[in-house]
Amino acid sequence: MNIKVIVDKCVGCTLCVKVCPFGAISMQGKKAVIDLDKCTLCGACVETCKFGAIEIKRTSKQTENIQDYKGVWVFGEQKKGVVQPVVFELLGKARELAQKLHTDVSCVLIGHNVKARAQELIQRGADTVYIVDSADLENFLDEPYSKILTHLARKYRPEVLLCGATFIGRALVSRVAVKLHTGLTADCTGLDIDPKEKLLLQTRPAFGGNIMATIITKNFRPQMATVRHKVMKEIEVDASRKGKIIEETFDKPFFASRTKILDIVEEVGSTVNLAEADIIVSGGRGMRGPENFPLLEELAQTINGAVGASRAAVDSGWMPYSHQVGQTGKTVCPKIYFACGISGQIQHLVGMQSSKIIVAINQDPQAPIFNVATYGIVGDLFQVVPLLTKEFKKALNK
Amino acid sequence: MNIIVCIKQVPDTTQVRIDPQTNTLVREGVQSIINPFDMYAIEEGVRLKEKYGGKTTVITMGPPQAENALRDAIALGCDEAILVSDRAFAGSDTLATSYTLTAAIKKIREFDMIICGKQASDGDTAQVGPGISAHLDIPQVTYVKKIEEIKDKTATVERMTEEGFEILKTPLPCLITVVKEINEPRIPSLKGMMRAKKATITSWKAIDLEIEEVRLGLNGSPTQVVKIFTPAPRPKGQIFDGPADEAAHKLAQALKDILQ
Repeated sequence: MNIKVIVDKCVGCTLCVKVCPFGAISMQGKKAVIDLDKCTLCGACVETCKFGAIEIKRTSKQTENIQDYKGVWVFGEQKKGVVQPVVFELLGKARELAQKLHTDVSCVLIGHNVKARAQELIQRGADTVYIVDSADLENFLDEPYSKILTHLARKYRPEVLLCGATFIGRALVSRVAVKLHTGLTADCTGLDIDPKEKLLLQTRPAFGGNIMATIITKNFRPQMATVRHKVMKEIEVDASRKGKIIEETFDKPFFASRTKILDIVEEVGSTVNLAEADIIVSGGRGMRGPENFPLLEELAQTINGAVGASRAAVDSGWMPYSHQVGQTGKTVCPKIYFACGISGQIQHLVGMQSSKIIVAINQDPQAPIFNVATYGIVGDLFQVVPLLTKEFKKALNK
Repeated sequence: MNIIVCIKQVPDTTQVRIDPQTNTLVREGVQSIINPFDMYAIEEGVRLKEKYGGKTTVITMGPPQAENALRDAIALGCDEAILVSDRAFAGSDTLATSYTLTAAIKKIREFDMIICGKQASDGDTAQVGPGISAHLDIPQVTYVKKIEEIKDKTATVERMTEEGFEILKTPLPCLITVVKEINEPRIPSLKGMMRAKKATITSWKAIDLEIEEVRLGLNGSPTQVVKIFTPAPRPKGQIFDGPADEAAHKLAQALKDILQ
């Protein structure tokens, strides 16, 4: 194998002994010695050693002992102790993948006082929930979360590791994939198992949604992917489902973070979280000014939606950037997307064209938005939108 | 303060079309531009230098013509530019790319902050920035919408979240990825454009870097693309015309069941 202790540099501090998930390192005469029968070349010791005394030369073009990697994992993202909806969607998909792989589903839940959530994760599809609980882990921080997830993946060796393509998820697993030296596919909209080779088929849009690409990670494990909100189906809650809850303990150094949180600011309005919204009502240049956005807010409220905006509306200062949908804003795929006074420039389309239903309201019948619209109304939005709000109120008995 | 800005030259995705016959991307005639998010990274790198002094170095990995993107960055105020280019890097996925860029950054050696755009508009992965910080084992803050201040080798920044933002404090050196809200990129000045024209671009090949060959390019990339296809076109839509109240009524009826 390609791991060695540089004896001159080793000071006998035993940090590596403690960090090795496989108990492969012992001290002999105040120097670290690696038991090559137990070592999996996971690299945990290399990172921990402060003296650069352990070296791995990577010549192999695949993960060592690749056949030992089993199980489908989901990262259980939580905020303020609340498991994020995308996790349930991933668990639903993970069940389907695990069935095809004849394996089981595990969920990793990192946070503080989160143990009570484990049962729900089991009811929603997990067979095992790994819990890492500490006051230091209450809020997401890149360093401790990635260290812990990396360590658990090394210890238990899942073949698949899924994570929501959220702000947190994308920052977290990018780091984990590098530490594990494996492949990571971003922002998947489709996941399946290749029936012959049992590989994870990861399908995602590229070039702003102009093409779709299916990607595999053939020789490295785990096969890692982040998955978009709202594209996978959660399974029905089954209160009779049984599963294991395993609490993992870590030494303090794992919780250390050089980055500190000074404050968490939640912007007013529950309608901001576009990623999780089932319905989005967006406005563009045709809104003519910020004073007209309450029209959209009223419609959104009536049908339980969030308010979005095109780049034109954001750049004009009518709406904050956090509402922007499109290439330089957010990518969304709600059940229904209302584009009001949005012409449908490609920069906007790439951010919303995977929405299930698109409704376009625009004065210009030639506007490109009508090319992607499921339903369209050619007309004055200042007339149409209030009427629509009224109609929905009637139809929904509100 | 020494800043490194990582940029990528991308095809202007707003111009990319699909050849319906061959089902492949028509790249001909498509302009190459600096990835839109990297424009904010460049601007922030230049502003920090203007405020705190020091030097802003822009770096890219790509084919030889990516030099144009570097010259554009110099026109916008970057001081030095490095092109990391070698056939050995071809086919790199995000792991191999972040590994290679890390090797180049290690060669630059002195830096206080690395700034990347949130993601590139062609691949949309948002993985290379965090990948670099993982390789370098430095703190990272993604989706930064504001740098509040830099004092005593510590940066206070605002990170966008789904619900709002967080205020974080991180020691330097660190890596940040930035979103559009952070600034408004300037237009290149005439002086900048003259400078860009004359500037010497440093070029590094694989042999100039301390790297393992097995980790480069296609060979060093765990992910591989097995299939490319065009998404199914959206079915033709239905237009409700007639008076506004009638149209609104029809639309509400069409959507009623989904909403309930």
